[in-house]
Amino acid sequence: MSTYSLSDGLASGTPRTSRAPLLATWLRESGVGVLASIAWIAFGLSCLWWEDVGDWSRTHSLGIAAFVIAAVALFGTVGADYLGSAGQALHKRAPWLVALGAFLTVWEVATAKLAWLPLPFFPPPQAIIEVYTDDLPKLLDSVFASVKLQLGGYLIGATVGFLTGVSIGWSRAVGYWVHPVLRFIGPLPATAWLPIAFFTFPSSWSASTFLIALATGFPVTVLTWSGVASVSNAYYDVARTLGAKPSFLVLKVAIPAALPHVFVGLFMGLGSSFAVLVVAEMIGVKAGLGWYLQWAQGWAAYANMYAALIVMSLLCSGAITLLFSIRDRLLVWQKGTVKW
Amino acid sequence: MVAAALAEAITHQAAGAALDIEQVSHAFDLDGAELPVLSDVSISVEPGEFVALLGPSGCGKSTLLRLVAGLDKPKAGRLREDEQRIRNPHPSRVVVFQDPTLFPWRSVWDNVALGLEAQGVLKSQRHRVDAALDLVGLSSFRNAYPHQLSGGMAQRVALARALVNDPKILILDEPLGKLDSLTRITMQAELVSLWQRKGFTTLLVTHDAEEALVLANRVIVFSERPARVKADIRVDRPYPRHRGDPYLADLRRQILGLLGLDATW
Ligand SMILES: Nc1ncnc2c1ncn2[C@@H]1O[C@H](COP(=O)(O)OP(=O)(O)OP(=O)(O)O)[C@@H](O)[C@H]1O
Ligand SMILES: [Mg+2]
Repeated sequence: MSTYSLSDGLASGTPRTSRAPLLATWLRESGVGVLASIAWIAFGLSCLWWEDVGDWSRTHSLGIAAFVIAAVALFGTVGADYLGSAGQALHKRAPWLVALGAFLTVWEVATAKLAWLPLPFFPPPQAIIEVYTDDLPKLLDSVFASVKLQLGGYLIGATVGFLTGVSIGWSRAVGYWVHPVLRFIGPLPATAWLPIAFFTFPSSWSASTFLIALATGFPVTVLTWSGVASVSNAYYDVARTLGAKPSFLVLKVAIPAALPHVFVGLFMGLGSSFAVLVVAEMIGVKAGLGWYLQWAQGWAAYANMYAALIVMSLLCSGAITLLFSIRDRLLVWQKGTVKW
Repeated sequence: MVAAALAEAITHQAAGAALDIEQVSHAFDLDGAELPVLSDVSISVEPGEFVALLGPSGCGKSTLLRLVAGLDKPKAGRLREDEQRIRNPHPSRVVVFQDPTLFPWRSVWDNVALGLEAQGVLKSQRHRVDAALDLVGLSSFRNAYPHQLSGGMAQRVALARALVNDPKILILDEPLGKLDSLTRITMQAELVSLWQRKGFTTLLVTHDAEEALVLANRVIVFSERPARVKADIRVDRPYPRHRGDPYLADLRRQILGLLGLDATW
């Protein structure tokens, strides 16, 4: 009982003595959140205050949406204590919300309202929103086609590259035959094969899959190989004295030890396969985001291009995030891995 | 708790094997030149003996252990385990290397389980891994990864990884070198009692003459490289031995003299 009353007294004592600093503390804690709210109100006002210089149908809805975001930011900040982890997440991202709101405001004013930037080339935000609402089916089809092509090619390339890398690193005989071929063909940019691939393969889809696999396979092969080759002999010695057979040495020693290298290869392969994907879609496949970009350019539909670019960058970034989270799961034993 | 684990560990009786090293010579190629490392080494070890190998740094002790393990083949001479030629590594001869060389991608438990897994008996023998971890006092670190261990703990895991296989010949290359002096003394006592209970043959390389005398019933002193057997000393003293024993002190002086340290000691 006595301890209770003691802490009670302390608790009621503190706010009274520190009322003025409390406001300062609150401002320091929540100022950025309030600022974010103001930035988005500014964006909303910039949408609704002036007339558009062009003919866009989503200006009004965009302005309303901006006010909604501003309200969410404000309530999220004021009520952060009641929102738990969601409030914390908002708090962490508040500076970015401010920057984003400010950027959108400037963009809106510079394009749709005062036309400082030449118009067909720099569409306002509402034009891009319009693409997402009105051209959604085509965009989704393109996304689906791109993901399918990329996924197939990448998985084939990564699997073949991994197996080739392990065999070269493990077997002298395989290395003797494969290494020169790899040196001769590997450094060639996969896109250089495009013209040949498109008439030697039965379909442009299979040709593109091959090219994406090729672009993925080379870095995966080389890094898997170097990973397997650089495994310390001491590990093999330990395993052999404990009774390990060759299959155990490959599966349980060489491959796990090489895995960090393999993931570097998978990461590099992902990057170069994106490049091949877009080029292949633009030139041959007639489907997917690369093709959408080209189609939009042909019709001078610049808003569609930006919309597709944004989707593409989200997809690529998402793919890398996925790869990194798989890596983090498999390589928990490593200390200090890079956070993506 | 630990006693139960010990009892568990002993149930797999694997008595020691005899080891014959017959006129073994070995050499390495170093930049085209031949570097002789072992020169006509002959040692005959009885089953269950505890033999300590002492010699100057770089004389060829680790090389000899690799030959005994079957990891390398000697340039000349023969090695036998229980009359069988040693040609390849076998889990009846387990090595604790100078470096712990734990697999960094495996947890402590999985590292200790390595031998049983490689031999394909892990499923039915999981309790042996637990017992070995208890033995070195690291049960609470079973899920830790090697980079989370201290040097001495890593060395103890390496010891557990060897012991779990119930070797007939335990080959130890300065396994206690990285331990602090307190843990070292504890582990020495553990090693002796383990050896007494299990009866495996032990080859121990060490730099420390005192350690050799406290642990072994035979101390072999090597010359500078290329290593030759310079002295083969029996240590007829019951266990547990005391560091202050005048008999051991006398032997120690003698050994240090053989290693060329008589002037200072
Ligand atoms: N793989 C190798 N290739 C070439 N030379 C080697 C090789 N392994 C060992 N040596 C040489 O053989 C000699 C003996 O090495 P070894 O490791 O057996 O010494 P050691 O007696 O164990 O020394 P320490 O007590 O310092 O561990 C050294 O001079 C070393 O340079
Ligand atoms: Mg050595």
